[in-house]
Amino acid sequence: MTIPAPGAIDCDIHPALPGTHVLLPYLDEYWRAHVRMRGLERDNYNAAAFPVNAPINARPDWKPPRGNAGCDFDTLRTQALDGFGTKFAICNVLHGAQAIFSEDLSAAFCRAINDWVAKEWLDRDPRLRASIVVPMHSPELAAREIERCAADQRFVQVLVWEMQEIPLGRRQHWPIYRVAEQLDLPIGIHAGSSYRHPPTNLGWPSYYLEDYISWSTGFAGVLNSLISEGVFVEFPRLKVVLMESGVTWLPAWMWRANKTWRGVRAEVPWLEKSPAEYAREHVRVTSQPFDAPPNAAMLRKIIEEIDCEDMLMFSTDYPHWHFDGNDALPDGLPEHLLKKILVDNALKTYPRLTS
Amino acid sequence: MSTTVQEPAVQTSDEAILGFVDCDVHPYTKTPADLDAFLPERWRKLRHSIGNRSRSSFVGAPNYPRMSPGVGMRMDSWPKDGGHPGSDLAMMREQLLDAFAVSYGMMMPLLGRGGDERNVEFGAALCSAANDWEAQVWCDNEPRLKAAIQITTEYTEAAIKEIEKRAGDRRFTHVMIPPRGLEPLGRRRYWPILEACAANGFPIALHLGGTSGHPSTGGGWPSFYHEEHPSYPQSKEALVTSLVTEGVFEHLPNLRVALVEGGFAWLPSLSWRLDKHYQRLREEVPHLKMLPSEYIRRNIWVTTQPIEEPEHPEDLITTCEWIGWDRIMFSTDYPHWDQDDPRYAFKVKVPEKEKRMLYRENALSFYNLEA
Amino acid sequence: MARHVVATVGEIPPGGKKVVNPAGREICVYNVNGEHYALINRCPHEGAALSYGHVLGCFESKRPGEYQLTRKGEMLRCPWHGWEFDIKTGQSWCHPESVKARTYKVEVVPGELLAKGPFVAETVQVKIDGEYVVVEV
Ligand code: FES
Repeated sequence: MTIPAPGAIDCDIHPALPGTHVLLPYLDEYWRAHVRMRGLERDNYNAAAFPVNAPINARPDWKPPRGNAGCDFDTLRTQALDGFGTKFAICNVLHGAQAIFSEDLSAAFCRAINDWVAKEWLDRDPRLRASIVVPMHSPELAAREIERCAADQRFVQVLVWEMQEIPLGRRQHWPIYRVAEQLDLPIGIHAGSSYRHPPTNLGWPSYYLEDYISWSTGFAGVLNSLISEGVFVEFPRLKVVLMESGVTWLPAWMWRANKTWRGVRAEVPWLEKSPAEYAREHVRVTSQPFDAPPNAAMLRKIIEEIDCEDMLMFSTDYPHWHFDGNDALPDGLPEHLLKKILVDNALKTYPRLTS
Repeated sequence: MSTTVQEPAVQTSDEAILGFVDCDVHPYTKTPADLDAFLPERWRKLRHSIGNRSRSSFVGAPNYPRMSPGVGMRMDSWPKDGGHPGSDLAMMREQLLDAFAVSYGMMMPLLGRGGDERNVEFGAALCSAANDWEAQVWCDNEPRLKAAIQITTEYTEAAIKEIEKRAGDRRFTHVMIPPRGLEPLGRRRYWPILEACAANGFPIALHLGGTSGHPSTGGGWPSFYHEEHPSYPQSKEALVTSLVTEGVFEHLPNLRVALVEGGFAWLPSLSWRLDKHYQRLREEVPHLKMLPSEYIRRNIWVTTQPIEEPEHPEDLITTCEWIGWDRIMFSTDYPHWDQDDPRYAFKVKVPEKEKRMLYRENALSFYNLEA
Repeated sequence: MARHVVATVGEIPPGGKKVVNPAGREICVYNVNGEHYALINRCPHEGAALSYGHVLGCFESKRPGEYQLTRKGEMLRCPWHGWEFDIKTGQSWCHPESVKARTYKVEVVPGELLAKGPFVAETVQVKIDGEYVVVEV
């Protein structure tokens, strides 16, 4: 199957805010006045985890005539939607609003972003869907925002970052998972950090390259946390989607997590099966970047080791730069998996795409 | 699980295993006071008044409580007449050194905690004392045991002095650095120490550990040992990333680094990931002249324990092939709970030639040991 | 297959164990709440002598944060990597179907029956009025 593929669903694209000022009309009266008073609309609250001009975050031929990659609707429509012939594409706005320390200001910005996405993007193209951005450090406000947005069926998941204040499995977060499960919304966990802590447990690395590499190790920590804390025991219908996480680290993670579980499971006795089994049932992973091995035979080995046909879901990660042309899937994926990766797995993961 | 791990795959009489080099052995003091004999009076007094101060929560226990007594010892390793596991040479011989006719045991002491000490002068004194203790209590009684030069990376001058002091003493074969320090080890401020290792011909053993004060995951402190234990590989991945990305191996092409007790199945994927994203971000790191994977292949070795246990045992062979058999060295981690038995760690048949490399030859050359 | 007399009843108290060596095979006999069971003294994982492990209950939970200790005295935790085994069946907690420690049949037999044979008693002296733990190997 080649790309464009009929009916393909792109599970990770990134429309970007041209600036904080665009949110002003979407803030309520109180917060608009508050933001203006402090001059915050002039500040740049883009996420430090994704410098917009780093080559990896802006494919050269995907930059719009004006502004940063992902800011321009027409460019995105032509390149990400028409270019890949996708049936649906899920918008994940990566913005620092989720990392603002004040829970209330963070929540106000998140509300504004969600309304902005609905109006400026979803309303303009029926192929677009979106994730709900939430203040994860305030489970109560986050849960409320999820309920508010969920009335609009075009919001298909909740968006959080992998590295925040406390590990994602911790019980403080459970109100969020409870409403997400009730409303058929997977938790989309995107690469990136709010830098409350160094991205590695050795401390602060020097280079962005190191931060970027650390996203996949961060995801291993996320899975260890979600599984160990028993999130999937408490919320048996919940799905999580790892986005921009890399793929090929999964087998080694599974082996190690299973190994620890066999000896240490008495500490977390609610687990009734191995971590790999929980992952295969509850965890979905987008395909870019894949971090593929040097050849197709090795890639097939990794796929065999992951041993889960439902796990991988197509993404371009537009406008981030992991491939050229339309080469969005690595060579060597088994034929019978392609349709699942491109279409079926996403349809199963996101019930709202078919409702 | 596709297979039953019912019967061991390898027998004791295995020639390739007898005489192996154990790349991770932990000697302990019988009582904490044993180290006092090697400490100058000032530090001895401090040790018993204020004591160690690292960056973790408890005086005498790790942040994450282990699952068996003695901070996670194998339960059959407690000496009958008292003392801590690993503190009794006769027992270590019986359970390890003589049981498998071990050629060499590379010691990775985890005591004194000099490397973690916030008062760096005290830390340097603790390291030096622990080094004397290793040489006199262990090497002098059992020459097959080889000593680590413990240092504190937060006190550069003292660390270099300690390395130079031990150079030429054949009891010492490697420098040991707890990798979870204040900053990733590749950072420029640690280079003088790394240079001293290279200049004196010492390979570096990076055994997991250290109390950086930074959470075990980039998203904060986990709740359980069930998360902490599988976070060790992530620590090692950050370490490799730092050493490679900073250009340590461009600067010191002969530096040899062994990653101890972090597993190894993650290494191929990390190499692919580094190569891939390096291509996008190479402008940021123009000091690199080769692909990250090429530095890894040239300068980094791994030890086996805790052995990887794939769902399909034969996948372990594939993983070793992807890493390169010449870069993998067997280790037991005696006497810790998650140590490996050289006979039964591999649940799949390792080809004879590779087995000899893994159990013996790679370590002999990595550590410059006489065959 | 032979029947080996390995202990007298009462020698191994409830919760206790005894390592025995019938037919050159190292076996550990456990007394679980008054019943005797025998397991090979070698972990199916990497071969640890299981007799060094803790005899415990089962740590279980219906949901995160709720804990219960069940089946007290019936579980054995390997002294090395902590795999848990059911003393009665040898089944491991994590992979009960595929990973098991070998079990042996144990009986309590009165001395007078033993006198009729056949049985092997290498280390235990058998008296007509005693009761004995017999392992079939
Ligand atoms: S040897 Fe028993 S659990 Fe590994």
